[in-house]
Amino acid sequence: MKIFLAIISRDMLLAVRQGGATFLALIFFLLTVTLFPLGIGPEPAILARVAPGVLWVAALLAAMLSLDRLFQADFEDGSLEQLTLSGLPLSLIVLAKIITHWLTTGLPLLLAAPVLAVLLNMNDEGFEALLLTMLIGTPALSLIGAIGAALTLTVRRGGVLLSLLVLPLYIPVLIFGVSAIDAAVHGLNAKPHLLLLAALTVAAIPLCPWAAAAAVKLSLE
Amino acid sequence: MFQGRDIACERGERRIFTGLNFVITPGQALVLRGPNGCGKTSLLRISATLLTAADGALTWNGSDIAENPEGHRANLHYIGHQDAVKGALTVRENIAMWAKIRATATDHTEAAMAAFDITHLADTPAQYLSAGQHRRTALARLVASPAKLWLLDEPTVSLDQAGTECLQQAIATHQAKNGMVMAATHIELGLDDAEILQLKPQ
Amino acid sequence: MSIHYFANPTRFTRLAGRVQPWAAGLTVVLLLIGLYLALIEAPADYQQGDTVRIMFVHVPAAWMAMFCYSFLAVASAIALIWRHPLADLAAKASAPIGASFTFLALVTGSIWGKPMWGTWWVWDARLTSVLILFFLYLGYMALWEAIEDGQKAGKAAAVLALVGAVNVPIIKFSVDWWNTLHQPASVMRMDGPAIHPSMLWPLLIMALAFQTYFVTLLLARMRMELNLRRIRALRLAERTS
Repeated sequence: MKIFLAIISRDMLLAVRQGGATFLALIFFLLTVTLFPLGIGPEPAILARVAPGVLWVAALLAAMLSLDRLFQADFEDGSLEQLTLSGLPLSLIVLAKIITHWLTTGLPLLLAAPVLAVLLNMNDEGFEALLLTMLIGTPALSLIGAIGAALTLTVRRGGVLLSLLVLPLYIPVLIFGVSAIDAAVHGLNAKPHLLLLAALTVAAIPLCPWAAAAAVKLSLE
Repeated sequence: MFQGRDIACERGERRIFTGLNFVITPGQALVLRGPNGCGKTSLLRISATLLTAADGALTWNGSDIAENPEGHRANLHYIGHQDAVKGALTVRENIAMWAKIRATATDHTEAAMAAFDITHLADTPAQYLSAGQHRRTALARLVASPAKLWLLDEPTVSLDQAGTECLQQAIATHQAKNGMVMAATHIELGLDDAEILQLKPQ
Repeated sequence: MSIHYFANPTRFTRLAGRVQPWAAGLTVVLLLIGLYLALIEAPADYQQGDTVRIMFVHVPAAWMAMFCYSFLAVASAIALIWRHPLADLAAKASAPIGASFTFLALVTGSIWGKPMWGTWWVWDARLTSVLILFFLYLGYMALWEAIEDGQKAGKAAAVLALVGAVNVPIIKFSVDWWNTLHQPASVMRMDGPAIHPSMLWPLLIMALAFQTYFVTLLLARMRMELNLRRIRALRLAERTS
């Protein structure tokens, strides 16, 4: 547990020192959302209708964008193999890095989402559901994405390949996330959608670090 | 005691070596010799559990390390070709961070910096270091958190004369405390009692 | 007979060489019978007319799309767990075949959709799931291509295939969920609630023909891959000696 926390605090310190990644993800989120009114017109009713979907798609892409650095920097300078030698099982090391990824990407996106929802004129009823779905759903994005990041570790310029591998796997998160907000906006019960989303995240917690660790081990050999 | 029996290594469908045997007893050093491509790095990485041997078994005090790889990893330090030093952190932070990740009871960071004569660089961000200073920062990990087995892959690369002497001193101290060393190196490390394992290209 | 009996590539090549012509012949015969029954014998649908005949290609192709992915996942699991040397070969060989069947299912579905719905594409739950499956195949093949070391690529692709296999039912469920939320109830389902026996027989025979076709192609691709590896090994031996 001490080692686990040490790895998280190390990655957080590096993220703060090197900065950039969080800021870029947020700017990307903002920019993508801005493109939609420009693309489909400023009609408030239409924007309100598409707001949940637009917010989730943009958040999903923003989270994916920062994934390729998840293991890459540590892989290149030899830190990753040193980390595997820390005596902690590799899947826990991977989980520590996933937690850092969520803290530096998922959490900021979650905090920014309501502001962007205002820009898209989303119904007031949807805000609580938006925050809840982001809170439950973004960890799944980091968890699933870690598998893709680990698999493309030895691939030069693996960014595009990473999106091809990860985006299809993100579809359930997108569907349950958006449908929960939609339900809330229309005054329906959002709970079943939220529960399904939560089930997805809970299932991903043990499975994804394990699969990602298997992929990381391959890249180190 | 760290022992390898009948170790074989395969890289990309090609046999690198087979039937390799070695024993390292406490306080002893084993130096790997041989031309490029004969598998020195592979043997070190196999010993660090970073690679899986195609055949054979490694034992630590008689028990197979495959049964408890995490336990074996906690017993060793591996210094590879890459320094694992972060440019955004200072020298002290780099060394202390690895000591923390290795969960050492007492932090020897200051002693480690003194041993490799980089105390005056303690607060310098590592991105401003020269290659030799970078290497010294990596080697300081050896002292910052104790481990019984040191696996060193060409540890003197980019070190100057003084740096090499620091390393020799560190190894001598380690051996005096019953530590074990396995090193691939082309230059004499002043390891008088070291055994030599000659690897032959297949 | 252990699982490793056919691990010997020479033994496999010999056996595959013997089975392949039979599989190919069977495919031709089944395809001829199936097409005759489907295009000539089977009655036209009272609602859809002759359009319904697309089903005899579309439905077996969609079945094969699913079957190939299951095959891919099982082969990947065998490759990872038992390190069976032919398993990752089988997985690699089955992916492009599965992707082709998936593509066929998408194209025939689209062609079928035009007279049925008046558009080439409808975001129907079934078609959408097949489209996502197609992306999974593409990702799998791209990963094989992207990693240079063959052994590493095989293991990485196997991990991806298993992750995908766990996700396919989840994706399918989520797409159905999404569909029931958005689908206007009036859109007609692609397959009727019950299939008339005169349609069932040609359908099954076509499905069987596709299955033997898969076996034929799989064996051919695996033999080709084995030969490629042998050439590579010979070249390597030549260079290092």
